[in-house]
Amino acid sequence: MNMKRGLKIGISAMIVLGSLFLLQRLLMPKYVDDIVEGAMVAEYYQEEKDHDVLFVGDCEVYENFSPIVLWEEYGINSYIRGSAEQYIWQSYYLLEDALRYETPQAVVFNIQSLQFSESQREAYNRMSLEGMEWSPVKVKAILASMREEEHFLDYVFPILRYHSRWSELTEADVMYMFRTKKVSHNGYYMRVDVRPAEDVPEGKPLADYSFGENAWKYLDMMADLCEEKGIQLVFIKAPSLYPYWYPEWEEQVEAYAAERNLPYINFLELQEETGIDYTTDTYDGGLHMNLSGAEKLSRYFGRYLSEEIGLPDRRDETELAAVWKEKIAAYEAEKQAQYAYYGIEKES
Amino acid sequence: MEELLNILNEMHPDVDFATEEHLIDNMILDSLDIVSLIAEISDVFDVTITARDIVPANFNSAKALYALIEKLDNEA
Amino acid sequence: MFFTSYEFFGFLTVLFLVYYLLPKRCQQPLLLAASYVFYAAAGLSGLLYILATTVTVYFAGLRIGDNLKRQSAYLKARKAELDKEQKRAYKESQMHVRRRWLVGCLLLNLAILAVVKYANFFIANVNSILSAFGGGGELSFLSLALPLGISFYTFQSIGYLIDVYRGTAPAEKNLMRFALFVSFFPQLIQGPISRYGDLSETLCQPHAFTSRQFCFGLQRMLWGYFKKLVVADRVLAAVSTITGDQMTGGYVLAGMVLYTLELYADFTGGIDIAIGVAEALGITVQENFHRPYFSKSLKEYWRRWHISMCSWFRDYLFYPLSTSKPMQRFTRFARKRFGEKVGRRMPVYIATFVVWFATGVWHGANWNFIVWGLCNFAVLMISEELEPLYSRFHQRFAVGGQSWYKFFRVGRTFLLICVLNLFDCYPTLSGTFGAFASIFTAGNWSVLWDGSLLSIGLSALDYGILAIGTAVMLGVSLVQRSGGVREKIAAKPYPVRFVLWYGLFLAVLLAGAYGVGYDASQFIYNQF
Repeated sequence: MNMKRGLKIGISAMIVLGSLFLLQRLLMPKYVDDIVEGAMVAEYYQEEKDHDVLFVGDCEVYENFSPIVLWEEYGINSYIRGSAEQYIWQSYYLLEDALRYETPQAVVFNIQSLQFSESQREAYNRMSLEGMEWSPVKVKAILASMREEEHFLDYVFPILRYHSRWSELTEADVMYMFRTKKVSHNGYYMRVDVRPAEDVPEGKPLADYSFGENAWKYLDMMADLCEEKGIQLVFIKAPSLYPYWYPEWEEQVEAYAAERNLPYINFLELQEETGIDYTTDTYDGGLHMNLSGAEKLSRYFGRYLSEEIGLPDRRDETELAAVWKEKIAAYEAEKQAQYAYYGIEKES
Repeated sequence: MEELLNILNEMHPDVDFATEEHLIDNMILDSLDIVSLIAEISDVFDVTITARDIVPANFNSAKALYALIEKLDNEA
Repeated sequence: MFFTSYEFFGFLTVLFLVYYLLPKRCQQPLLLAASYVFYAAAGLSGLLYILATTVTVYFAGLRIGDNLKRQSAYLKARKAELDKEQKRAYKESQMHVRRRWLVGCLLLNLAILAVVKYANFFIANVNSILSAFGGGGELSFLSLALPLGISFYTFQSIGYLIDVYRGTAPAEKNLMRFALFVSFFPQLIQGPISRYGDLSETLCQPHAFTSRQFCFGLQRMLWGYFKKLVVADRVLAAVSTITGDQMTGGYVLAGMVLYTLELYADFTGGIDIAIGVAEALGITVQENFHRPYFSKSLKEYWRRWHISMCSWFRDYLFYPLSTSKPMQRFTRFARKRFGEKVGRRMPVYIATFVVWFATGVWHGANWNFIVWGLCNFAVLMISEELEPLYSRFHQRFAVGGQSWYKFFRVGRTFLLICVLNLFDCYPTLSGTFGAFASIFTAGNWSVLWDGSLLSIGLSALDYGILAIGTAVMLGVSLVQRSGGVREKIAAKPYPVRFVLWYGLFLAVLLAGAYGVGYDASQFIYNQF
């Protein structure tokens, strides 16, 4: 009798837990067909983690630098841990998370996100945090990111967050319940189309130009962490014309870099050196680089990384070269597919 | 008892108060009935039924109500 | 800590575990501690108010109880010596002592309630009178936070004190038991308003774990969450769109029906959760609803809706007032002056008027609620007056027993309730009457079927869910007429039970309007 009862409870529990798990997998956004940025954080874990340089930051890193070019031209093995509107505490924890697996020689951080001292939108939190593997670092990242209306439990059981998505499910939700599709090239999000930058609006005057306390705190933490691990931290400002980068902000970053004795490159000021042409190298009027812009930027920055920072040329490592060969093939294939999709004539 | 039944019958001619035991539970008497009933009783029997006595147990049947009246009459 | 917050589930899980694992003598102190934790989560200052009420009512109750005991001991000891007149004089003198305690304590607690809840309403009215007379000097508003559930626990405590005064309940000597009666957390924020005689014993007994009772409690909670999250919170947005954007005509018609649905799902759902939590703890709390929307008249509705509040007003205001000596004197006067028929009904009408005025005031410091109460009074009294007409109608046409006529009466009552609920939807009287008038003047009833209702914050899918949710609630009510639904389900084979309850759980999980994007989780009745 008791065994029968135990069996009953056991089977019921299995049905409940099993069905809840399946439902959760089904209802979570897959980020494979659109807003692929949401899938990038998770993609990192499938990599062989032996990179020479890691990028952290928002769209100004993952749309503006091509690890493929860095490899092809300088033999630099790089990865971009970027995500949409990645806040600085998320950059910090994504870096700390990556350092659990590897210690690169250099870390590049795009300082655009210093302007935010608290998370602005729940959706961006989700895209940056959900893909992280569970570890104390993820817990800290969530706690640092949550807005008032959010609950930690919603991150532990995403079904609580996405419970009402059943009305908007697509085929992709079923297809990618248990597998993923590569959406980036070592963290790079490719776009080949062109929309020239015209009439970039001036920034509106702000009441207060100083960065928030919380932003500074995580910048300090990032610098300290790199110092402790013997990693060269490099600050950059990508050449995105918009959102507007205020001179007052520039001053603060320059002062900080000087104080901590860290290199800082503002690509907005290096248009001639990089050869960025805003009529051909951006796909959305100056917010983000397209493939052409990203490759130009990577060519310039790769030279800096190998000459100034001293990153090694690893093209003679056969195993690594084999991995990259595949990546390059995928890169070329997507390039052609996008040219076809956008109807752009290009010599292959 | 006769007088009490008369009062009750006048209020609800369709109810057999001699046998009905659930005047409150079956919602035959509502609060408005009870208040006018108390006024009648106070006139006819010269006893004062106060709010503390208004519980279903005292009003569920004519018999119980009559017992209440007798009890109050003795106390006074 | 709202019933719909994750914190509440954490709180309950811990409480259930500790409650049944600790020795039974710890259950009472644990419940009290849990209640205070629950209450303090809404703000520490609230705790002071509830403690003040607890302590003052406890002491007044003790004094009244002691006096009653002394009185009967005195009378017993001197049974032979005193004549009837002396006994009466002694009783009278003692009653004055008790009455002083009662009235003093009532005034104190009602004053607290009045200050935190009604002071600003009073100030606003004084200010508008002042400005009407051109007087300067505006009074400034108080900024007091309204302690959670103050109307509920104050009424519950007052009810106890009156019971002790009447001698129908013994004075509670144990302060902890009394404190638990006042602050038992499931019913703290929206009722039911329990009677001491009903609640105290079940509250303070030792409770052994039985899986049937525990499961029944959880099932009742789940049902409450279904009503609250799937139905009530889904409707919320649409109702506030209609009232907030001052939409007219057909929209008001739709809005008042939606609001009536929301109010039912919200309030009865909240009570289901409260009673379910208590049941899972082994405690029986009185029911507060009796399928109210099946009522065939407004009078019947008020016997079946928010029963604990209505019966409170009946027992502690209506009866004392209508049977009081001054009222009886007045009745005699009125019968002479206005004739037998009218005079006899006077006390009832006056008392009913006072009760509905008080009910309106109780619902909120707002003219809207007061007028709402008086409208209820008017409808009830008019139908009372028309009673002879009805019976003549029924004698001529034998429709009373026919089911279509019952349906008609239920529908008519429901519509009446919808209209009365308009007072609850709009913040001002002019807004309420304007909206009501627009139903007939705006001439846009076509919005009810031309798809316009899809633009008030509810999609076709939402309406579908609401229709299913309403059908389920209706079905449950119909089944309930012949006995408990949970008992019926419990008699079914295990797989059937499993599918039903797990299905209900999934419905709440997937179709519930909760989480980011929905911030509608406050229960409507929290405000009162």
